[in-house]
Amino acid sequence: MSAAVAEHDDHDDHHHDDHDHGPAKGLLRWIITTNHKDIGTLYLLFALAMFFVGGSMAMVIRAELFEPGLQFVDPAFFNSMTTMHALVMVFGAVMPAFVGLANWQIPLMIGAADMALPRMNNMSFWMLVAGVLLLASTLFMEGGAPNGGWTLYPPLVLQPITVGKALPFAIFSVHLLGISSIMGAINIIATILNMRAPAMRLMDMPLFVWTWLITAFLLIAVMPVFAGAVTMLLTDKFFHTSFFNAAGGGDPVLYEHIFWFFGHPEVYIMILPTFGVASTIIPVFARKPLFGYASMVWATASIAFLSFIVWAHHMFTVGMPIAGELYFMYATMIIAVPTGVKVFNWTATMWKGAMTFETPMLFSIAFVVLFTMGGFTGLMMAIAPSDFQYHDTYFIVAHFHYTLVPASIFILMAAGYFWLPKWTGHMYNEKIGQLHFWLSAISVNILFFPQHFLGLAGMPRRIPDYAIQFADWNMISSIGGFIFGASQLLFLYIVYDTIKGGTGEKVTDEVWEDAAKHGLEWTLPSPVPYHTWSTPPAAVPTEHVLDTH
Amino acid sequence: MTDELSKKHTKLVRILVLVAVAMFGFGYALVPIYDVLCEWKWIERDRPDDIKQVSEATYKVDMAREITVEFITTLNESTPMEFHPEVKQIKVHPGEYHTVNFYAENKANKVMVSRAIASFSPALTSSYFEKTQCFCFSEQTFQPKEIKIMPMRFVINPDLPASYKTITLSYTFFDNTEKSVNK
Repeated sequence: MSAAVAEHDDHDDHHHDDHDHGPAKGLLRWIITTNHKDIGTLYLLFALAMFFVGGSMAMVIRAELFEPGLQFVDPAFFNSMTTMHALVMVFGAVMPAFVGLANWQIPLMIGAADMALPRMNNMSFWMLVAGVLLLASTLFMEGGAPNGGWTLYPPLVLQPITVGKALPFAIFSVHLLGISSIMGAINIIATILNMRAPAMRLMDMPLFVWTWLITAFLLIAVMPVFAGAVTMLLTDKFFHTSFFNAAGGGDPVLYEHIFWFFGHPEVYIMILPTFGVASTIIPVFARKPLFGYASMVWATASIAFLSFIVWAHHMFTVGMPIAGELYFMYATMIIAVPTGVKVFNWTATMWKGAMTFETPMLFSIAFVVLFTMGGFTGLMMAIAPSDFQYHDTYFIVAHFHYTLVPASIFILMAAGYFWLPKWTGHMYNEKIGQLHFWLSAISVNILFFPQHFLGLAGMPRRIPDYAIQFADWNMISSIGGFIFGASQLLFLYIVYDTIKGGTGEKVTDEVWEDAAKHGLEWTLPSPVPYHTWSTPPAAVPTEHVLDTH
Repeated sequence: MTDELSKKHTKLVRILVLVAVAMFGFGYALVPIYDVLCEWKWIERDRPDDIKQVSEATYKVDMAREITVEFITTLNESTPMEFHPEVKQIKVHPGEYHTVNFYAENKANKVMVSRAIASFSPALTSSYFEKTQCFCFSEQTFQPKEIKIMPMRFVINPDLPASYKTITLSYTFFDNTEKSVNK
């Protein structure tokens, strides 16, 4: 960095630690880099790797559930797999992938030269790696990885002796991941609020930037609460406090309240940037401005606000007073209103549009349809009396996988197809892309749709073995799971292939027809140069803020 | 980076870090807040503190109803004890006093302080289940290998809503030796 400081006076002062001669040579570049594009790439590749690690764990789960009885793994390891699959996918794959997209896209979209705090940006990434490695290390410990579920409910993690070794590592890992995401969030807020091109007002910002701004506030508000909750677990286990230990006057139900006060906003942390990407992609392929821009912003903000006051719908069966059940039931159902506004707007954006169906658009349309289904089952479970039947069954598993896999994951795939040509300057192979889409879209439904039936019939979640009447749908679900898992290797191939040159077709600066009307990033050259927007753009596309007619 | 922008960043980051730290504190503040909220009259929480000793009131015995009371005992995994009720279930009339004995044995060669924590199912019956004498009111100290027969005397308040036919009372014995102030 000393070179950068010395150069400071000689260069224009938008760059404080840029080197005009491009990236450093060799592997060290990736370790010391402070360039938002490099860090974005690191985040995305790391998330992709974790997607396959978490995915392999899901394959173990589906293999064990292929038939009733115990075939491949012992129950404790099975429980470790469900716990680790969730933790790895949430904290290692989905969240870092969106942070990666934020790193790449936010500066390009708002006309900033880099993120506001580039060195902290580097640190956030490497703390994430440290956190995930710490978590992964528990797999090799005596007694195995944490196996009490990703929620780490106290009776399950405090009482057994078996998780004694892994628990502190899992907790410190959560601390590191939390600090990493809080730093990332601070960086994103500072970038968006302080570094927009002067011509860009808040209500000119692309929806992806808006959703990330709101998500970043959610992160800052709830990650520390989770850190506090797991710290209490840690002191309960090792330092004789009794926050959740009934023997000392503590209350395990208190943990559930604190956890879900974090946990519910957390699920929106994973879905709001998804909404942002969908709102970016759909207008481009519908060749129309986004319908209802302002209502999209307000809907996002309302969902974020509501996420703080509905947490106890995760614990309807815990023995709450009737007034509490009613309040959390109605508050939860209200969320369907802003979410409905969003689905309406995406549909209205496509209405009478000159649509084409390239891979990113296919994934986005599938997202709108399948996410809506996940939303509907959410509404079913919001109804407290019905939830007593759905609680802790495969119905909830089906519900949240519908809102995460064909929603967040599909949109991450869409984002990859949408922006990879811009980042690399190479076009991906459309045929393989479409094949990847159709295989994924069909198999994801074979995988998760039968789980609704299993849940309604009463199959509990988190069990390695099950009663014989659940056998058929479990087998079908597992077959869907294997096809879905294998299909994702196509995506891995496409990413590799596109970086290496893709179809060989040179992409234009816009990549997609008239994309420059929709976002600043498409006015830059393809591939995007290492340094961009040293001088902020004079004007910003405003088409997306105009009301459609 | 200009100084002006740098100042704007510093100011914003300070505020945001403060928010994060405050939210960490808020997580801890939820502990007392939860206790306060649970004191509200309309929140009926099944907590050991709420199951207090009551003096023996006289109720009119409701001979028309019969309630099955079941007893379950659990040891917290690391507690080296033997612990079980002398009867697994009894049928009682609301308003009638009964005493049930629990057998507890310290299997370890050391002094142990244990605490039994009650839990009711259905949870809402807990406020109608009145104990006049119970080993669960306080910590129990066991000498090495000591055996104790511990009584629990109770009455079911006849106001218990008619829909309840069975009450399950579960006791978990926790080894509190490390944490106890009474050792």
